[in-house]
Amino acid sequence: MPLIETVNLCQNSDGRDILKNVSLKVDRGEVFALIGPTGAGKTTLLRLIDLLDLPTSGKIYFDGSDVFESGKRKLEARRRMAFVLQKPVVFNMSVYDNIAYGLKLRRVDKGSIRQKVGRILEMVGLSTYQNRNARTLSGGEVQRVAIARAIVSEPDVLLLDEPTANLDPVSTAKIEQLITDIIRRDDTTIIMATHDMSQGQRLADRVGVLLDGEIRQTGGFQDIFTAPGSREVADFVGVENIIDGVIASNDDKVVTIDIGDNVIAAISDYAVGEKVYACIRPEDVTLALSRISSSARNSFSAKITRVVSRGQLSRIEMDCGFPLVALITKRSTEELNLAATREVYAIFKATGVHVIKRKSD
Amino acid sequence: MTEIWHGLTKAIGLIISLDPEVTEIAGRSLMISLTSTLLTSLICLPLGSLIHFKQFPGKRLVISLIQTFFGIPTVAIGLFVFILFSRAGPLGGLNLLFTPAVMVLGQMILITPLLLGLTIAALSGVDKVIPDTARSLGASGFQMTIIVLREARFAVMATVIMGFGRAISEVGIALIVGGNIRGFTRVITTAISLETAKGDLELSLALGIILIFIALIVNILLNRLQPR
Ligand SMILES: Nc1ncnc2c1ncn2[C@@H]1O[C@H](COP(=O)(O)OP(=O)(O)OP(=O)(O)O)[C@@H](O)[C@H]1O
Ligand SMILES: [Mg+2]
Repeated sequence: MPLIETVNLCQNSDGRDILKNVSLKVDRGEVFALIGPTGAGKTTLLRLIDLLDLPTSGKIYFDGSDVFESGKRKLEARRRMAFVLQKPVVFNMSVYDNIAYGLKLRRVDKGSIRQKVGRILEMVGLSTYQNRNARTLSGGEVQRVAIARAIVSEPDVLLLDEPTANLDPVSTAKIEQLITDIIRRDDTTIIMATHDMSQGQRLADRVGVLLDGEIRQTGGFQDIFTAPGSREVADFVGVENIIDGVIASNDDKVVTIDIGDNVIAAISDYAVGEKVYACIRPEDVTLALSRISSSARNSFSAKITRVVSRGQLSRIEMDCGFPLVALITKRSTEELNLAATREVYAIFKATGVHVIKRKSD
Repeated sequence: MTEIWHGLTKAIGLIISLDPEVTEIAGRSLMISLTSTLLTSLICLPLGSLIHFKQFPGKRLVISLIQTFFGIPTVAIGLFVFILFSRAGPLGGLNLLFTPAVMVLGQMILITPLLLGLTIAALSGVDKVIPDTARSLGASGFQMTIIVLREARFAVMATVIMGFGRAISEVGIALIVGGNIRGFTRVITTAISLETAKGDLELSLALGIILIFIALIVNILLNRLQPR
């Protein structure tokens, strides 16, 4: 039985659908990342799950029971969760009292409060700040207080909304380490929203892609990354080369895709005549100066249109009769002396092409 | 001029020597106004919170109506309460007219809009994320209200102090429904307005100084509450 289940949740505000039929199941002990671009509805969904807002329609089951049955049930369910809001604020009181707040609400005795708060302060590295007014803390410290305040009551479910947005890399690393510690320490179920896919990859067991108020795909990070289920998901997870085509032949799952002037070889189940997208991740494209024979079935002569280097990587934009982007190391760029207007060969394997069915519209 | 000077020194003498009449009147003023402020706070802090946190149709209208009554003339309330409690009035049977109790009630009516309005304003000044934070950490509706009031504590205290300031300095209600009965309902403001007319300048001046002193203390308290 999932610990949290939402069924056809819809949220409508001023006649606009912010969430559309969101159905999710999150198991006990699972770390689930909601990823999606800004405005997708991540915060809205987390607020519904934490029972802060009421959905326009749909149901939420917490540990098997319908939370909207009564106000009492809602409070009980909410007390088994803790939510670190996207822009956390601290109460105008000491760091210690901020962290103790949830325990006081639950009428925990003073001795246990002191013990628990002390332990958490240690864990988030704020012991020396315990008597300071929390309003005087920096952004990263506030974030740590917010997380400490949430986990001190040992919730079954921890909801995190963009826990590292607006933080510098050092603070981000600290917060991620803290979350990893929480995951390792007890089997807290975590649902976190992030627009940072790599963070989702680092922390989560499973991700759900939320686009425009809809869950478009859920699964392991690798599955979504290599096999996005739709063009929009492919776009979001950073598949830059998405090419329209039609299956021209299918020989035991080895297909050729007619993309107009060219043909791409790929692996797919789709039948001849199916309209598809061929998705090629830029890092799966390699470049060579001469036509070399390799096991890769796709090799196109290309003219470089632009080279952009950032850090250790270079982004090579090419025209092969169709636009294609490759991501290669800066070192190979230099070795091959790649620059705009140079003629090269772009090579990628048939297995590196992910084929998505195009919706007929 | 010398007469005023003479009166002033005598008045200060009355205060320093803790003249029984002066202390009695000042004490009664404090008693009545503190009582009315306390009772009104007990009603208006929860009620103002309720209005602030609950969504209901006509909420805007209710709030602007409350603000309209901030400056209601005291004599109007005095008259209203007088009619209410006069022998022929609906509450005449209680025999409360010209008692401290009815003065407290009148002052309560006077400062209720002020306390309600300022409580709502104080709560509106709190970061909107605070209530959500409290609830997300497990607060019930009541516990959430308490923490938001606590976050607004300076503004809330300022509200109460301003209510007290208005209550102790008003004269219309105290005069009309209290009647300035010596030793029973006579308070600072009624004594000043009637004793001056009778020519007892020393008593009036002494009470006036005390009233200004109270106003000063109220202001100092308010200033100390200003966020730095
Ligand atoms: N109270 C509201 N009234 C009207 N529209 C709202 C409200 N709250 C959110 N929205 C809209 O709903 C959409 C989803 O908002 P939401 O905050 O859930 O997005 P998000 O995925 O969390 O984005 P971000 O990554 O920027 O935090 C946005 O278009 C937003 O403008
Ligand atoms: Mg958000």
